[in-house]
Amino acid sequence: MKQTRTIEIVTGFFIILGFAALYVIATSATNIKSYGEAGYAVTANFTNIGGLKERAQVTLAGVEVGRVTKITLDPKTFDAVVTLQMNGHFNQIPDDTTASILTSGLLGEQYVGLSPGGSDTYLKNGSVIQYTQPALVLENLIGQFLSNSAKPSSSGGK
Amino acid sequence: MKLLREAYYIILGFLQMLGASGLFLLKLLRLTPQALARPALIFQQVFNVGALSLVLIMVSGLFVGMVLGLQGYNTLSKFAATSALGTLVALSLLRELGPVVTALLFAGRAGTALTSEIGLMRATEQLAGMEMMAVDPIRRVVVPRFLAGVISMPLLVGIFNAVGVLGGYLVGVKLMHVDIASFWSQIHTNVDLHDDFRSGVIKSIVFGIACTLIAVFEGFYAQPTAEGVSRATTRTVVNSALAVLALDYLLTAFMF
Repeated sequence: MKQTRTIEIVTGFFIILGFAALYVIATSATNIKSYGEAGYAVTANFTNIGGLKERAQVTLAGVEVGRVTKITLDPKTFDAVVTLQMNGHFNQIPDDTTASILTSGLLGEQYVGLSPGGSDTYLKNGSVIQYTQPALVLENLIGQFLSNSAKPSSSGGK
Repeated sequence: MKLLREAYYIILGFLQMLGASGLFLLKLLRLTPQALARPALIFQQVFNVGALSLVLIMVSGLFVGMVLGLQGYNTLSKFAATSALGTLVALSLLRELGPVVTALLFAGRAGTALTSEIGLMRATEQLAGMEMMAVDPIRRVVVPRFLAGVISMPLLVGIFNAVGVLGGYLVGVKLMHVDIASFWSQIHTNVDLHDDFRSGVIKSIVFGIACTLIAVFEGFYAQPTAEGVSRATTRTVVNSALAVLALDYLLTAFMF
């Protein structure tokens, strides 16, 4: 009798430990927080998204406010259409906000940075961000730099 | 010509084994509702199969995580990317190493125990005795063990992963002084709940079914001699390892 009791206790301990481990892994070692609120989806058109990937962060003043959920190509204008799934907490972002594609860290992970405008109406489900800044492409930058420095009249440096 | 004939018999034998274990699985599933009516039998086996594997799984998980931390640190430091160490450890554990290594250890620790236990019951005619008493040995002996294995495997994988991430954290942050904030924030941004965690759990359930099925199948159909039981036990380990690695490739190809 005593022995079956010990076995039952150890078994119960094992089951609870197993579920606790699964729970801890799911909550503290994954991005579960970005699945929290239902939120709302907005889209933004960019002429070039560089290396932006789905699931990239959307930040405002450095705070994560959403995730990129879908990237498609507009068949007429050949713009990239990026769908941003915004967290439901942040429902008072002005609709004249600018979205730009920025790079974080040395590994070059790209994300969407929002800089708020001053409008009184807010972004809501389905709205389109009008003002966007495409990703900086390194080759284009170097090209510009070279053609600028080739001009003798340019004031900075040789 | 002789080679061709041998290959033919090997393939035929493989197909026969696959078919027989598939039919055995169907039989087990059909008897599952009746076995669920006696949960005490299942929990007794969860103790044998799962709780007794606990120490082995935790120690192995800790060492696998620590090795990942060391190897990852050495490689990543060449690219000055040690901040990604957390992602490396967590992703390798959740997606691959957790389910696969746990399944291999499970086959060695619990699978062999199941096979030799059932095989010895067969050899000492306990199973025949049950049939004489109109007790279905599959329902009374095999199904509770099978269900216990299927229940235990995901739990063991969860424990393995948690301890493994802890091991990677200890080596990376405490020993190698990777920044603690970048270690965890990289994990939080790059490990996806659906892509990585859920597919790891699916893998662990599939491996649990495969390993336990092979173990009880080999035990139930073992030759009722000392040599037969020992052969069945060996086959359990070999077949489980092959099945786990092959299934792992298939599941990875499907899910990622």
